[in-house]
Amino acid sequence: MKVKVLSRNPDDYVRETKLDIQRVPRNYDPSLHPFEVSREYTRALNATKLERVFAKPFLASLDGHRDGVNCMAKHTKSLSTLLSGSCDGEVKMWNLTKHDCVRTLQAHEGFVRGIVVRYCGTSFFTVGDDKTIKQWKMEAPGYGEAEEPLNTILGKTVFTGLDHHQKEAVFATCGQQVDIWDEQRSSPIRSFTWGVDSFSSVRFNPVETELLASCASDRSIVLYDMRESAPLKKVIMTMRSNTLCWNPMEAYHFTCANEDYNLYTYDMRNLDRPFMVHMDHVSAVLDVDYSPTGKEFVSASFDKTIRIFQKDGGHSREVYHTKRMQHVICVKWSADNKYILSGSDEMNIRLWKANAAEKLGVLAPREKQAINYNQKLKEKFQHHPQIRRITHHRHLPKNIYHQTKELRIMKEARKRKERNVRKHSRPGTVPVVSEKEKHVVTVVK
Amino acid sequence: IPKERVQKFKRKDKAKKVSSKMPIMYNFLVAMFSFILRFLEGDEDEDTCTISQEDIAEAVDITSGAKYFNLKLSQFGPYRVDYSKTGRHLLLGGRRGHVACIDWQSKHLMCEINVMESVNDVKWLHSEAMYAVAQKKWLYIYDSNGIELHCIRKFNDVLRMQFLPYHFLLATASATSFLQYLDVSVGKEVAAFCTKTGRLDVMCQNPHNAIIHLGHPNGTVTLWSPNQKEALVKMLCHQGGVRSVTVDKTGMYMVTSGLDKKLKVYDIRAFKPLKSYFLPAGASCLSLSQRGLLSAATGDVVQVYRDVWSAPVTKPYMAHRVRGSVWGLHFCPFEDVLGVGHGDGFTSMLVPGAGEPNFDGLDANPYRSAKQRQEWEVKALLEKIQPELISLDPTELGYVDRATFEQRHRDRVQALGYDPLAKEKFVPKYKKKGRSSAGAVERRKKQVAHEDQRDEIRKTVEDKMKMEKEIKERAQKKAALSNQKSALDRFKK
Repeated sequence: MKVKVLSRNPDDYVRETKLDIQRVPRNYDPSLHPFEVSREYTRALNATKLERVFAKPFLASLDGHRDGVNCMAKHTKSLSTLLSGSCDGEVKMWNLTKHDCVRTLQAHEGFVRGIVVRYCGTSFFTVGDDKTIKQWKMEAPGYGEAEEPLNTILGKTVFTGLDHHQKEAVFATCGQQVDIWDEQRSSPIRSFTWGVDSFSSVRFNPVETELLASCASDRSIVLYDMRESAPLKKVIMTMRSNTLCWNPMEAYHFTCANEDYNLYTYDMRNLDRPFMVHMDHVSAVLDVDYSPTGKEFVSASFDKTIRIFQKDGGHSREVYHTKRMQHVICVKWSADNKYILSGSDEMNIRLWKANAAEKLGVLAPREKQAINYNQKLKEKFQHHPQIRRITHHRHLPKNIYHQTKELRIMKEARKRKERNVRKHSRPGTVPVVSEKEKHVVTVVK
Repeated sequence: IPKERVQKFKRKDKAKKVSSKMPIMYNFLVAMFSFILRFLEGDEDEDTCTISQEDIAEAVDITSGAKYFNLKLSQFGPYRVDYSKTGRHLLLGGRRGHVACIDWQSKHLMCEINVMESVNDVKWLHSEAMYAVAQKKWLYIYDSNGIELHCIRKFNDVLRMQFLPYHFLLATASATSFLQYLDVSVGKEVAAFCTKTGRLDVMCQNPHNAIIHLGHPNGTVTLWSPNQKEALVKMLCHQGGVRSVTVDKTGMYMVTSGLDKKLKVYDIRAFKPLKSYFLPAGASCLSLSQRGLLSAATGDVVQVYRDVWSAPVTKPYMAHRVRGSVWGLHFCPFEDVLGVGHGDGFTSMLVPGAGEPNFDGLDANPYRSAKQRQEWEVKALLEKIQPELISLDPTELGYVDRATFEQRHRDRVQALGYDPLAKEKFVPKYKKKGRSSAGAVERRKKQVAHEDQRDEIRKTVEDKMKMEKEIKERAQKKAALSNQKSALDRFKK
């Protein structure tokens, strides 16, 4: 008789000393691990709920301005520096790690309309309501020295916007026309006009560095090429755009923040319909900025909220609001893709996390593994109704919640009316106009 | 390794005598293949079922020999048996009220109480910290030190219990034909059904999908989930009453025994009978081990069968006679041991090849420390599956929900007034200078329709070619893989 019975040596399964780690033999046989789909679903549900539990995006408030913050500029070389200009002409430089103001200077009399840091990071430009463009040094003046601009250019009309070229010593301003300036000259090297008397913002394309776009008061967006003498083309929409921002990763895409509560992303090669319409705000959208990855952008609106959209998403993925934050005038996404800065008209700049549930700081490898696993689980089960419901739920202030509902009712009423008209008229007489085409009036070359 | 040497150690060759030509090679091979080759092999004229437990205990090493033991407890009635999920701890419940929990490998007695009432069934809960005892009137939960934690009066006249480990549900079948589910992590009754089928004293669970199988005196086996008030499935299994039911761990086979002295094997996924055996005396208790060995008890004889569903079985693999009539059978999870509760106490017998040799340390680890147990308990509670997800197919959540997609599409069409996915009708452009006569317009329309048809045909042909290519590739891969050996081969059926 031959017999062999299962007998385990405990020394093979138990650790030798207290200082060792525990031994964990693995067997991946699926019959030992039943209910894999249900257990993964439960883990995904827990991960989604925990994400909502840990979603605390507000980090700090930078206090110090004595009037509403009108514009902000990111330092091109340093992640911890921010420049902001306010409505009383003050420009402050902030250290974001210590949350305090490093330097203050009285730049203009009246609003500071635009502020931009030169690509080398050693100086910055400001434009204001006193029709001047000033260039300042980035280092604070030494002891006893007064704050003096490096260079002052006096213009004939008020300037409303400013942007600097990515690589050359050229900057553009807009006011009554769009001017291209060389830093050494005191008069613009080129001026673009197209029958409009006021432009609200101008932006250089970060990828195709010779292209510019500006928002005009005749509800249009005008595109320019710096090397040419006349503007390229313009698209006229149903309502005016306040600002626009180019996608830092896609060469031809830009997003404009419009007065009709939407944002429109256009492909500059085909302006007759926007590539995407982003709807979620309940009041005019005042500013927009892209994340350095080019996949998402943040928008600031008159309705006291900031929303984060995916570049191809019709609705926002995140909304930030606080009782203390009033109308948000300007917003910036930090260059390390982690933080969002918002300046509002109650004189505060707020620092938020771009990813609300993210844990900041150095993570242990096991933490990173757990976060990656949870992320993948959420992605895998994102379409299940319970998980989608929890992922999409956000708390909104009461007035915005009611306003959203009201706007939805109005929209549905309009759609219903259009549908009824189409139903009761000869087929073909009332064409179906897609949502995207509705907002563009015409494209002019 | 030459083929004949491997052939010698294969299970099928029971009649062959093991050659003593190369003892060193033999030992090395046995050690190497020991994880698949635990066996009991008799000599040429010996039947394996005639080998006694004492002989086996003497033939193996000391620690394995100590796993065969008898507990003589003749005072307190026939005993029900339960092993905990890790196989470390044993729970005994005597009919006259004696309840004891033991760490059976070290023979350390954790607690021993007499509940002063008749005990119908005992069951471990999720770990060795708590167990449930179905007493004469109500359901009691005790700590592993014997302290009574709960007396649940809602669960009355409980005859049988089953614990669903991944859902933390205790399913109880009562004498008043009620099937009740208790969530032991929250302490709430999840569901209670009046099955209206009489006294429920035959119960088992399907470990693959957490469905409860109940056997009835009219020969039917019914399948229950906590989400439905009626049985999910009713199967007519035997001509007399059903005496015992058991399901294997993969959820494919169900073995039932009835008063008509038959032992039947069913494919539970397709609900088809596979095999039917005749036992001279019907089996009162059945239990399946992790590796597919079936133990059947009749009176005071316990018989173990091998490969009940794949090969036709003529005689048992092992047999053993105990001192009283058998009341409870349970295979120990990761050991080659079968626990028998009978009228004279408890017997633990050795059954080579019964237990799963490779356990998963993160799931059920017999060698876990207290810290590991705590971590495991927290994770298990976090991953506790809601009872709403229990259904016949446990992978239902993973399927694409086509019905909802179609419903949503229909709603959208109604809301928008037109179908956004439909193709627009082609409207030919009006050309000047007489190029838009009726005939020309018709010709242009026909051309576009023709092109569309060609596109469709091209697409279907491409799809067909792609599918054929995929099938070919798959066949090629299979042929290639069948030659390769990988560590996961041992899981392939």
